[in-house]
Amino acid sequence: MHCDVCGKKKATVHLTEIVDEQISEMHLCESCAREKSAQMEQQFGLADLLAGLSDFGKQEKDVQSKVKIRCSSCGLSYEDFRKFGRLGCSECYDAFKTHLSQLLKKIHGANQHLGKTPVSVPKAEKQKIEDIQSMKNELLKAIHLEQFEKAAELRDKIREIEKRNEG
Amino acid sequence: MILDKFINNTGQWLKGVGDYSHIVMSSRIRLARNLAFKPFPSKAKKKDLVEILSLIEEVMNRINFFKQATFLKINDLDMIEKQFLVERHLMSHEHAEPSEGKALVVSDEENLSVMINEEDHLRIQLMQSGLNLDECWQIANSIDDALSKKLDFAYSLQWGYLTACPTNTGTAMRGSVMLHLPALVMTKQINKVLVAVTKLNFASRGFYGEGTQASGNFFQISNQVSMGYSERDVIQNINELIRQIIEQEEQARQALLVQNRPMLEDKIFRSYGILKNAHIISSQETIELLSMVRLGIDLDIVKDVDRKDINALFIMIQPAHLQKIEGKKLSAAARDTKRASVIRQKLGGN
Repeated sequence: MHCDVCGKKKATVHLTEIVDEQISEMHLCESCAREKSAQMEQQFGLADLLAGLSDFGKQEKDVQSKVKIRCSSCGLSYEDFRKFGRLGCSECYDAFKTHLSQLLKKIHGANQHLGKTPVSVPKAEKQKIEDIQSMKNELLKAIHLEQFEKAAELRDKIREIEKRNEG
Repeated sequence: MILDKFINNTGQWLKGVGDYSHIVMSSRIRLARNLAFKPFPSKAKKKDLVEILSLIEEVMNRINFFKQATFLKINDLDMIEKQFLVERHLMSHEHAEPSEGKALVVSDEENLSVMINEEDHLRIQLMQSGLNLDECWQIANSIDDALSKKLDFAYSLQWGYLTACPTNTGTAMRGSVMLHLPALVMTKQINKVLVAVTKLNFASRGFYGEGTQASGNFFQISNQVSMGYSERDVIQNINELIRQIIEQEEQARQALLVQNRPMLEDKIFRSYGILKNAHIISSQETIELLSMVRLGIDLDIVKDVDRKDINALFIMIQPAHLQKIEGKKLSAAARDTKRASVIRQKLGGN
């Protein structure tokens, strides 16, 4: 397969763009891909410093398979989020879930909300958060008392529940 | 004009009372909330913003907390009025940018203010004098509960409250404490403290808000992290850090008193003297001198002026306040004269 841009060299980089569930693909050779990625990088503003955190250390892999995503609800692209550092609507959190998951972990050192829930959230759902909260407290207590085996057990349990919630 | 009632008032958070008020000026809790299935303000169209505003306004009208509050549409205000509200810490600079659907709701005591359609649909802010994040949180929490009974907030079980900026996602709560730390500055220990603050994942800003330099020896310390901790845990962490800084400031103040009391008294009384006698004064000079007089009051060196009057002056000497007091636009030079006269009047100077 030849590169879509120069039409000469062999395409080794495959770009997938998803807009409103419409998938379009682009096949590039390495030098054209590098140029395209340099163009993108130049556009990144200060906000990208923040947004870019999520992709830190993965640039190599990114050039190989750059996925372009767009929120189907408000139309914001992930690229624009990277540029401006602001999401467009609450649905963006779903649209950019994988990227945001890493980013939130980088910013907050955690990936699970442990604060209050709106009045409208059902009791059973609230309980899940409260369970993690109390386990986390137990974990801190165990560390404080140097009960490391118990602490490791709790840590694994918390991770498991958090993973399940990530769904 | 509707803002005139604020001019002769001092916000409750400036009263100079409450825990550790000799060092802590004020405490603040801010909650960000967004309506589910509506675009965030930056992405919303004019008609969305107007609709969001009317939805929120209608709900607020039915909630007791807002019964006595003043409701202001940003586009109804002129430049000086908007600046006036920013100077009173009731809203952000960004909120002063003209846009349809932006509004500000302020309680009479000025301890509660809500920005509508700023970066998020709702920014609920509670302020109290002294170290009192707990009470700020209790009130903010009740207001949030009351609102969430009638509004569907954007929320996910995993990530909590969903906000326009991912740095706020989770509790969407920022707690901040305004500290007056002149002795740590004078003894050149402040950098050490600020480095520690940053290392512990807290942010430090100046008195005059985000992006401003610390001036008048004021430092606003706030949490950066909003996910992975409950609101109460975040507040407890801030309180613990603040108490340590207070202790350091107290030690530095004692050291200054013991080592060189005459020098300190001289600095304080000269500052007081200039403020009482100047006829032309810049805001920067005023802020530095007010800081010294405030320290004098806290150390019981200056006895004939109240802390709340000094606190009020920090607000009143700003450009929009001076122009509001004068009732007309003033040039920079005219403001320096007006500023000196406002200070002399407040301190009973010449």
